[in-house]
Amino acid sequence: MALSREQLAMRVAQELQDGYYVNLGIGIPTLVANYVPSDMEVMLQSENGLLGMGPFPTEDEVDADMINAGKQTVTTISGASIFSSAESFAMIRGGHVDLTVLGAFEVDVSGNIASWMIPGKLIKGMGGAMDLVAGADNIIVTMTHADKHGNSKLLDQCTLPLTGAGCIKKVVTDLAYLEIEDGQFILKERAPGVSVEEIVSKTGGKMLVPDHVPEMKI
Amino acid sequence: MSGFNKVVNSYEEAMAGLSNGMTVIAGGFGLCGIPEGCIAQIKKMGTKDLTIVSNNCGIDGFGLGILLEDRQIKKMVSSYVGENKLFEEQLLAGELEVELTPQGTLAEKMRAGGAGIPAFFTATGYGTPVGEGKEVREFDGRPYIMEESITGDYAIVKGWKADIYGNVIYRHTAQNFNPLAATAGKITIVEVEEIVQPGELDPSQIHTPGIYVNRVIQGNFEKRIEQRTVRA
Repeated sequence: MALSREQLAMRVAQELQDGYYVNLGIGIPTLVANYVPSDMEVMLQSENGLLGMGPFPTEDEVDADMINAGKQTVTTISGASIFSSAESFAMIRGGHVDLTVLGAFEVDVSGNIASWMIPGKLIKGMGGAMDLVAGADNIIVTMTHADKHGNSKLLDQCTLPLTGAGCIKKVVTDLAYLEIEDGQFILKERAPGVSVEEIVSKTGGKMLVPDHVPEMKI
Repeated sequence: MSGFNKVVNSYEEAMAGLSNGMTVIAGGFGLCGIPEGCIAQIKKMGTKDLTIVSNNCGIDGFGLGILLEDRQIKKMVSSYVGENKLFEEQLLAGELEVELTPQGTLAEKMRAGGAGIPAFFTATGYGTPVGEGKEVREFDGRPYIMEESITGDYAIVKGWKADIYGNVIYRHTAQNFNPLAATAGKITIVEVEEIVQPGELDPSQIHTPGIYVNRVIQGNFEKRIEQRTVRA
């Protein structure tokens, strides 16, 4: 069975470590916050200028001056800090954020990522995505393995305009966990009940399949 | 003699001198921390052919979105736009130009502009459409693109509190681009919720020192929320 959005987030959460500063993108990445192990402290960075993002506010706590990068009202945790956009991207670009999780339309064997622009459709902008992929060492891309027409999103070469070049090393899809190394995907884990054959058939780019591919533990 | 007193008492005074074709840098992220009164005044003045540098362009009927209604904006420099129908219409009709700029690069362009640094190198955007046509230099084996900084004829800024000398403190995430915009305007206008006397703000807590600020005005703010999310 392909992973649900929640299970995808749970698998990504296994990459968290105690003391990590983490930036979570919009969509599935945001759900990762729900699966931080209880024996671990993680601080969430929101690129509009907040380190130590907390849960959504109660009705009484709603404050128009307190939002996240998705423009949603949020709260801060105790020990949070707030700063300007330049400071925020200094910590991102400067490689101080330990883990970045974001979605994508396509990823390829060279570690290129396309996530912001589909030619012919209205282009809204890249927001902070280009800075995040250029600045972080440790990035996890979460996405479905194939689009809704069955076309693979893991390719030899991205077809859409890039968000960043050569910056992606880890991808968690609804079917598999893969790493990118030496110009190919390496199949590291498969979703519970998903066969290697299915993953191979839905992967467009060159992929190394080890003799034994363990099931993910969710 | 007014010395360092920068307080003006009307938005007419605050925005005096703004004219057609100028570049205006605006603070704010979405609708959070936007200079509502200055934007309303620009709308009232009907100034045209403006280049607006701001992370976003408001929504239909609020924020910078209201400047689209009378086609006052010639060009937007932003990281994320299109939360408004009017924006989309004018963009598709070719009446509006957009220079999409990565959010961190946009922030740094303002910061550098205000700090007298004409350009900088960043890895952000290398190998993407943003990097096309820009100078590339390698440092330590990694390619970086050159990005030029931005200054504005005017900068419009939303603060929380300011003293009459123009020292400003921002509140929560309404800070965002505001302190950067404040440094990058030839004329910088800060509108705040409260104006206090010199000495009332702790010097160590000032985000924007008054040296960057030309005019201060006390405003009333609607503070509209774009995505109201709550937990039970």
